[in-house]
Amino acid sequence: MVTATRPSVKEIWHWLAEVPDPEIPVVSVTDLGIVRDVAWDGDTLVVTVTPTYSGCPATTVINIDIEQALSDKGIESVRLERRLSPAWTTDWISTEARRKLNDYGIAPPIDGTAADGRLLKRIERLSGGSDLTIACPRCGSTRTEKISQFGSTPCKANYRCRDCLEPFDYFKCI
Amino acid sequence: MATAIIVEAAVDRAALFEFLLRMGDNALILGHRLSEWCGHAPALEEDIALANTALDLIGQTQLWLGLAGEVEGRGRSADDLAYLRDAREFRNLLLTERPNGDYGKTMMRQFLFDAWHYVVLKALRASSDARIAEIAEKASKEVSYHLERSRDLVIRLGDGTAESQARMQEALDDLWPYTGEMFVSETSDEPLGAAGMAPEPQSLKAEWDALVAEALSEATLKKPADGHMHKGGKRGIHTEHLGYILAELQFLQRAYPGATW
Repeated sequence: MVTATRPSVKEIWHWLAEVPDPEIPVVSVTDLGIVRDVAWDGDTLVVTVTPTYSGCPATTVINIDIEQALSDKGIESVRLERRLSPAWTTDWISTEARRKLNDYGIAPPIDGTAADGRLLKRIERLSGGSDLTIACPRCGSTRTEKISQFGSTPCKANYRCRDCLEPFDYFKCI
Repeated sequence: MATAIIVEAAVDRAALFEFLLRMGDNALILGHRLSEWCGHAPALEEDIALANTALDLIGQTQLWLGLAGEVEGRGRSADDLAYLRDAREFRNLLLTERPNGDYGKTMMRQFLFDAWHYVVLKALRASSDARIAEIAEKASKEVSYHLERSRDLVIRLGDGTAESQARMQEALDDLWPYTGEMFVSETSDEPLGAAGMAPEPQSLKAEWDALVAEALSEATLKKPADGHMHKGGKRGIHTEHLGYILAELQFLQRAYPGATW
């Protein structure tokens, strides 16, 4: 029986955890919370993915990378399904991925699951009314300022550290 | 009896198709206008920001027109609808096809549109049609960033130098007659409003007015009087500018039908 030898969903999640994001290769597609579900439908593996931003060009590349990775593992039939709701949020980025982003030079998004990271606080921060800070990924200083709301990709903003004077990307929270 | 039910469903489907075209076409045409700035904006950061805003809008276009094609049920994809319709079949607001002008004018157009976009998407998040609600939820996250940015720039340029203030006032006076169309109801809006699928356009005006008035006041700009308002875009009657936009946007698919890469 073919079905008897098909890999477990758990094993597939491990494989997907090795598929890097095409724009920020230090984090994987599962780190970012883009993969929402993995399930077998008969002999077809159904992987449910959600886009980060509607127009993110990486979305297509991510789909191809996922199909390729699964094909390399010997899975013959894969169906990718898009799920829009609930809409992707940076709160789904894992703690480990936040550390990896920081090490890579990208300040991670404010963690909305933390006590001080609730939506209201983040909105206040955007209007300068909250003391939530974005720390420089290089020197750790919290004396930072926004240069531009959009950086090298839609998901990032441009910041500058006022202590070490280095510019850096901040992964915006949405 | 069965025939009556089918006819009624067909009427609603046509109304829904119209509405989805409007949402998609607004995003597509404005996204295209913004993409014209790519490589020409006054500063690198502005160039990148506009390109990213355009990218968000074109991404949203794919979602709206994708659903429009599905609702229409004639097998047309988002690409078919974007690339193979003529000007009379486009349903975007005339505001979105206004030429870019200088950078200040582009930002003023963006702000007036973003404020409306933000308000309409907020209402659509509560749509009785789950497919509409989920696109609105996704898009409104992006649009709240667009609005924050365009509002900020309108204030900085309005409350800026004498030169920038004069240019922003001129931009506002030029674009204002194109804002009334946002709140005009078409016959296709009624069944959608009644079914809780989409808000009646008029119902969005108070919130838009408040958002705009507050920013203009901070920008030290004078809100023009509501005089004659241009309209027609939602019914496919466009200004001469749309044809030029489509000539560029659709060239590849017109010249090389079915081309892929």
